[in-house]
Amino acid sequence: MSTATTTHDEHLDHHGPAPGLLRWVFTTNHKDIGTLYLLFALMMFFVGGALALGIRLELFEPGLQFLDPHLFNQFTTMHALIMIFGAVMPAFVGFANWQVPIMIGAPDMALPRMNNWSFWILPFAFAMLISTFFMPGGAPAGGWTMYPPLVLQGGANLPFLVFAVHLMGISSVLGAINIIVTILNMRAPGMTLLKMPLFVWTWLITAYLLVAVMPVLAGAVTMLLTDKFFGTSFFNAAGGGDPVMFQHVFWFFGHPEVYILILPAFGIVSQIIPTFARKPLFGYESMVYATASIAFISFVVWAHHMFTVGMPLAGELFFMYTTMLVAVPTAVKVFNWTATMWRGSMTFETPMLFAIAFVILFTIGGFSGLMLAIVPADFQYHDTYFVVAHFHYVLVTGSVFAIIAGVYYWLPKWTGHMYNETLGKWHFWLSAISVNVLFFPQHFLGLAGMPRRIPDYAIQFADWNWVSSVGGFVFGLSQLLFAYIVFSTIRGGEKATERVWEGAHGLEFTLPSPPPYHTFAEPPKITEAEAHS
Amino acid sequence: MYSRRLTKGMQRIARGLAGLSLTTASAGAFAAFSDLNMPVGVTPISREAYELHMLILVICVLIGIVVFGAMIISMLKHRKSLGYQAAKFHHSTKAEIIWTVIPCVILVGMAIPATNALIRMEDTSDADITLKITGYQWKWKYEYLEDGLTIYSNLAPSSRAAIYNDPKAIDHYLLEVDNRIVLPVDRKVRVLLTADDVIHAWWVPALGMKKDAIPGFINELWIRVDKDKAGVYRGQCAELCGKDHGFMPIVVEATSDDRYQAWVAEQKAAMAAEKSAVAREWQRDELMARGEQVYLAACAGCHQVDGSGVVNAFPAIRGSQVATGDLKQHLQVILEGRPGTAMKSFAGELSDVELAAVVTYQRNAFGNDAGDLVQPSMIAASRSVGSGGI
Repeated sequence: MSTATTTHDEHLDHHGPAPGLLRWVFTTNHKDIGTLYLLFALMMFFVGGALALGIRLELFEPGLQFLDPHLFNQFTTMHALIMIFGAVMPAFVGFANWQVPIMIGAPDMALPRMNNWSFWILPFAFAMLISTFFMPGGAPAGGWTMYPPLVLQGGANLPFLVFAVHLMGISSVLGAINIIVTILNMRAPGMTLLKMPLFVWTWLITAYLLVAVMPVLAGAVTMLLTDKFFGTSFFNAAGGGDPVMFQHVFWFFGHPEVYILILPAFGIVSQIIPTFARKPLFGYESMVYATASIAFISFVVWAHHMFTVGMPLAGELFFMYTTMLVAVPTAVKVFNWTATMWRGSMTFETPMLFAIAFVILFTIGGFSGLMLAIVPADFQYHDTYFVVAHFHYVLVTGSVFAIIAGVYYWLPKWTGHMYNETLGKWHFWLSAISVNVLFFPQHFLGLAGMPRRIPDYAIQFADWNWVSSVGGFVFGLSQLLFAYIVFSTIRGGEKATERVWEGAHGLEFTLPSPPPYHTFAEPPKITEAEAHS
Repeated sequence: MYSRRLTKGMQRIARGLAGLSLTTASAGAFAAFSDLNMPVGVTPISREAYELHMLILVICVLIGIVVFGAMIISMLKHRKSLGYQAAKFHHSTKAEIIWTVIPCVILVGMAIPATNALIRMEDTSDADITLKITGYQWKWKYEYLEDGLTIYSNLAPSSRAAIYNDPKAIDHYLLEVDNRIVLPVDRKVRVLLTADDVIHAWWVPALGMKKDAIPGFINELWIRVDKDKAGVYRGQCAELCGKDHGFMPIVVEATSDDRYQAWVAEQKAAMAAEKSAVAREWQRDELMARGEQVYLAACAGCHQVDGSGVVNAFPAIRGSQVATGDLKQHLQVILEGRPGTAMKSFAGELSDVELAAVVTYQRNAFGNDAGDLVQPSMIAASRSVGSGGI
């Protein structure tokens, strides 16, 4: 994307990227690394998406037609691992790499060589993970949550799974440290913390969450490894261990992880809505505080993922109350976005359409989340398709829609070309309609009693599964259009202006489109107009 | 066929939309669309879950109407194409305090009834009957502790056979078992849950609660089916437990006290008959017919209906060295299992007659031609040698 070598700025020493493909291997440039992350994420999005289509294909009709149950379990497990660790997280790190330096007026990330490492670990991690499909016994099939004792039946794939998770964790922690150091040390003079764009704020908080919880996950999976191969009994009741302890440790990582997957999305949407409403973000400071509160609360809600493991009553009550509490800062955010739109002068280009769909559909996912917090009702919802519908509303129409919105929003800045607006709108409407056909009926399925992670189901669930599968195929195929739009925009198109969007503010929009290979070698002046946005 | 299904699907969607719009008007009317909403169920617990579910659903729908309504009005009116000029405001402490306090108040309003319900749900004291349930890959074991009754419950052979054929041709596909359990209505049943291998979860939606069955630990829940709600209630395992997670259903028949007692007596008589049947000589046809039943329930999940197994996971029985070779070794595998694999001991689960029948079946079906018959008395004899095995 950053193939432009034009340097408008005399201070920049005139060096552009190294020629040839090795540029991408050795690069320490935040824009190159951002591009690598984003392309890697896009690739993984299609790999994980193909697995999802396999799942929906099998669930199209009752009976087993395409996948045997063991392969089906491999598909669900790998779909989740690839989408979470391979698509959504790297996509957000890609945004951070591209955007954080040019939004705070820094010349690059603080630790550029480490930045290169943190990206290049990922292809190896996923090569290892995906290679398990070709091993005897196949890929991990115990669910992405890796609960023992089931996951320990995995055989040959277990060490590959564990070491792949270790590598992803190292990559994430390195990336997060880099983002924290960059934000805290490399802001242009005058860019005080409370003048930072909200995207930068959400990433700063996300990065702290990553540093705090990825090592916890690494510890949990290491204990799986020693239980399997070195005779320990951390999670084996027969040896004095406790399988539920794994769930506690896993979800102590897992719940902050959920916010790692959504906070940067909040940031992206908070950049886009003010631009197209032509009105400043409503309640900037309360947005920052709400994000921070969500992050703090995320450390004390983990057991709401495991209300059915048989916790004491006091534990169930504690986790119910804390979980309900998350709704407050989240509601504040939704109200603030609505107030930002209110009495604006709105236009509805593709990034805005995806951002609005994000607010509405993420809120629906938030509602079902609130329902899941009510423990007596959760005893019915738990481990059903209601939960599947819930987390796909927050992850697909939440995180993924925000990522797509962000790509449309900043792609003209990155490439210097406008994307095709008509195709963008087609992509939006196809996605927004089909994704609801895909996931909304899953609420009904769950309430009617269909458990999740089953390859085949009773006849009463057939109709809605059929509808859901049709939605799934339309949604999946619509994303090919997205790939086409992105690649054709990289290759050419109408020239984008410096400002790109009429209502855009922020330091990145003071740079040319595309920005030169090195930017802000001299710190910019922070004016009131470019602050907070 | 597809067009018919499409029409049916469309009808469902229309009913779904109608159901959603009714939600706000009358929560009760929603309950008629049983395949869209949570069932009300037949126990005090399930009703509490249902009522809380409807309460929070209605609250969410109301909040949604306000928030999405404001967004839609804004999107329709405040557009540049209508010449609308953007306002300049960017915060309002008053508004922000109001929309922080209101959610807090709603949440406290929700937390109170939820807490009360939860306290009642977790109270397993004063039970009339204790039922211990053990999850296995992939079946359930039920033990009536007071009555000394043990029942293994597998996916029904009719469902197993329909998986690759025509699931729609049979009743209760995947929700039927070979041996259902019976509970008396209007009696508090305390359920103890555990598992033998991996974590499972026992769930019958109409009974209102699911709980994990965890190896090495005991969980509890309770059931009291309403007096006027005798009937058959179905559910399935709700925690991923491996390959056949989707194929371990639960069927509970709730009935009157008298019928329950009669059923217990019947089961005990059957257990006794099974014992006496060990002594007599069984014919080949009898053994093969019984063996097929046992095979479909206990073996076919892994080794497949036609004995072909699954490559790299579950060995074939058709033409296998074990099933056609030395009988002693064959018996040993089934009675003791193969440590470190999914093949576990069936010595406890299957009776002598069942073991004899299934071994005979395996040695003489799928084109296997070992030819030998295994009599129940042989099994009994080999059990009494050594510690539980051969």
